[in-house]
Amino acid sequence: MYKYKDLLELKELTADEVNFLLDTAVPMKEVISRPIKKVPTLRGRTVVNLFYENSTRTRSSFELAAKYLSADCINISTSASSVAKGESLYDTARTIQSLGADVIVLRHPMSGAPNLLAKMVKAAVINAGDGAHEHPTQALLDLFTVREHRGEIAGLNVVIVGDILHSRVARSNIWGFTKLGAKVRVCGPPTLMPPGLAQTGAQVFYRLEEALVGADVIIMLRIQKERQQQGLFPGLREYSRLYGLNRERLALARPDVLVMHPGPLNRGLEITHDIADGPAAVIEEQVTNGVAVRMALLYLLTGGGAHSEADY
Amino acid sequence: MKLIIKGGRLLDPASGRDETTDVYVQDGIICARFEPDKSTEIVDAAGKIVAPGFIDMHVHLREPGYEAKETIATGTAAAARGGYTGVACMPNTNPVADNRFIIEFICKRAAEEGRVNVYPIGAITRGSRGEELAEMGDMRDAGAVAFSDDGRPVSDAGLMRRAMQYCKMLDAPVISHCEDQTLAAGGVMHEGYNSTILGLKGIPASAEEVMVARDIILAAETGCPLHIAHISTAGSVALVREAKKQGYPVTAEATPQHFTLTDRAVTRYNTAAKVNPPLRGEKDVEALREGLADGTIDVIATDHAPHTFDEKNVEFDLAPFGLVGLETAVGLVWTELVHTGILTPLQAVAKLSQHPARILGVDRGTLTEGSAADITIIDPVFTQTVDPEQFVGKGKNTPFAGRTLQGLPVITIRSGLCIYAA
Amino acid sequence: MPVLREKTRIIDKDGIRRALTRIAHEIIERNKGTDNLVLIGIRRRGVPLARRLAEKIKEIEGSQVPVGVLDITLYRDDLSTLGYQPVVRQTDVNFSIEGKKVVLVDDVLYTGRTIRAAMDAIMDLGRPRNIQLAALIDRGHRELPIRADYVGKNVPTARLELVEVHLVEIDSVDEVLIMEKT
Repeated sequence: MYKYKDLLELKELTADEVNFLLDTAVPMKEVISRPIKKVPTLRGRTVVNLFYENSTRTRSSFELAAKYLSADCINISTSASSVAKGESLYDTARTIQSLGADVIVLRHPMSGAPNLLAKMVKAAVINAGDGAHEHPTQALLDLFTVREHRGEIAGLNVVIVGDILHSRVARSNIWGFTKLGAKVRVCGPPTLMPPGLAQTGAQVFYRLEEALVGADVIIMLRIQKERQQQGLFPGLREYSRLYGLNRERLALARPDVLVMHPGPLNRGLEITHDIADGPAAVIEEQVTNGVAVRMALLYLLTGGGAHSEADY
Repeated sequence: MKLIIKGGRLLDPASGRDETTDVYVQDGIICARFEPDKSTEIVDAAGKIVAPGFIDMHVHLREPGYEAKETIATGTAAAARGGYTGVACMPNTNPVADNRFIIEFICKRAAEEGRVNVYPIGAITRGSRGEELAEMGDMRDAGAVAFSDDGRPVSDAGLMRRAMQYCKMLDAPVISHCEDQTLAAGGVMHEGYNSTILGLKGIPASAEEVMVARDIILAAETGCPLHIAHISTAGSVALVREAKKQGYPVTAEATPQHFTLTDRAVTRYNTAAKVNPPLRGEKDVEALREGLADGTIDVIATDHAPHTFDEKNVEFDLAPFGLVGLETAVGLVWTELVHTGILTPLQAVAKLSQHPARILGVDRGTLTEGSAADITIIDPVFTQTVDPEQFVGKGKNTPFAGRTLQGLPVITIRSGLCIYAA
Repeated sequence: MPVLREKTRIIDKDGIRRALTRIAHEIIERNKGTDNLVLIGIRRRGVPLARRLAEKIKEIEGSQVPVGVLDITLYRDDLSTLGYQPVVRQTDVNFSIEGKKVVLVDDVLYTGRTIRAAMDAIMDLGRPRNIQLAALIDRGHRELPIRADYVGKNVPTARLELVEVHLVEIDSVDEVLIMEKT
């Protein structure tokens, strides 16, 4: 059962709560596999996608999730709204509240913005990625995808590769996978590795060849090219040579390894095309599962969270 | 005007006195014993501590320019309620206090509306931009007690060296905000486990320590008195300790927030705990307490930095640094340092009165006969929970809301006149 | 929570078996065999009932009728008033219902709202030739114009009473009880 008003971070959830969210996504996936992908569940409910950062994929995923559940969905993005005029989050929150939103999906470049928004509104807030903090729905869809393939998360070796320092996907996945009993390794250049990771339960590697040995799941992160311009690592060519996933390195992992990527991909940089399009990659499944996971969340967050078997 | 403070425990670090006695005041001056007459005011201080008026040498009064945050009137009222009889105000106003006219303006406003003594600090560089020296000689003549670009470091080492050469001539201390901005690089909290899980950009301890080391070297070379503002890391404490051992003219201050809280206070993105330097780790807090106990850290100052509700009610990255300290500092000193045995009451009083007065060169900080009757009376058992709504200062931005403090100022006297009574 | 007290046991194990056997016969007779016939059990207790009916039909006719599982939670009409979200479980109908004769199976027919939801859910899966309804118990108090085609037993009840169907597959006993709120 899910007892919170919002979904802000996976860190605060228990393993049971994470599993419950994933369980609820299973019937949702059945709905989106139908010829008629629509159920009347959230008729009359309003979902507002409030995006302070461009993200066509995440926004589309939430929008479809809302529409498959028959909710009304509007998008407010920086270019289109008063956000660009410098309105404070507080005033934006009050406006959206007055519009009658039941759920606000927030994408924001600053860590903790969803936590702040959640305190300001009665509506449920879903964190769709905030700064370098968390991206809980991405981790949930990753967990869902792995669970579909392996049945069980516990005991798996999960390797997250890339710019851990700036990655909200890495943080949410560290919490999600460790909570469900997987062993998480993170790997990247020391200048892109934040301090204190051992305290989260993750094991830190700097050499990809060592990190990949026996891996069940590899999550490749997108390297932002501007990090190089900021002087955080020497160069893209070298990065690709040291941390790019290619055929030779993939052979170090288990034969049934799953390769994941939150997208969008830098082909030839963090991942070669033969891996991205190869049999180990489940990158497109991740996209489909993202819709199912987000439907589950929209459904659960529009209620109070308690559950009942009551007949009616 | 006659006043007798009866039966209190007098703590006067300058003379080393720690005894239960009566204190006599006439016409604003501490004086010898006299017989009371009908007009003599009597204050019963039994069970209380009677100390030289406290001086907070690190306060942002915000006037001129940021009167929505604080004014000289409200800031000094907050000081009086907090047990202070004097404050030194930082020059990062708008315009910056980088010339004699702003210093004169502050002195004039303080004379008109100030509840406590106000000691202006002038900017080291024009506009505190760190590019060219401000006219410190002019400001010194106008009443500036020290020089600082607080809020920002003087990044250019050559410029800082020249500033120290100049201040040595003026016999005024340089107060250094130690922060290497290439290391701090836009960080908003202490770099460590908590910054990692919150996804906030970290400010490493080295950002402070590199600059502390540089300024100590320059102080040693120039002979200029250097005061390190708000030291926050174990490494900085060690550097200052070594500098003192070498006999360099270096002093340092720590704030209640830094010797009380760790970076865990930032969890849940509490902007009231966003402060520069950031709240550090447990080892750093431990080191500050050791530094206070062994005398490495001379002064307890607040870095009182008021902001409006709206300014702090934003995303953590957008919130300004700073928290208010004047109305909680003494309670925190007693609760965290005195009642825990880290400091004796006499040591605590020295760091709140005698030492800041000495560093700033102001004629205060003692209750010996003939000195100004600036007096702080503390009830060491009085207990109260911090409620920002009760603050008389404009800023309510404190991370201590809801914390229970024991040992609080109950009467504040400036030049023989009561300016605050609980 | 009101405390529930058992009032009467209205059907026992054998009674349930006999009722299902009769309904199986009726289904075959009404549909003139099992061509294009599918059974869909409504979660939770309609599901084992549908499976048992399929078995009976197989015993009688020798042909296997497909059985699907329907979760109607996403179609409930009271979601916005509940204040909580009931647990959603999977719908599992892994055959086409296009042009099929669909027999919905549930344990208790009461207000008719579950059946309304189930019919909407079925329509979203495809266009069946017709939909029929089998219920082990019809306790009355309809709120919608819905009636069952096959009924195990009509049980007149008061609104304050509750009909509980227990099935071995879920509750480790076969029985139907009338409970009373005290």
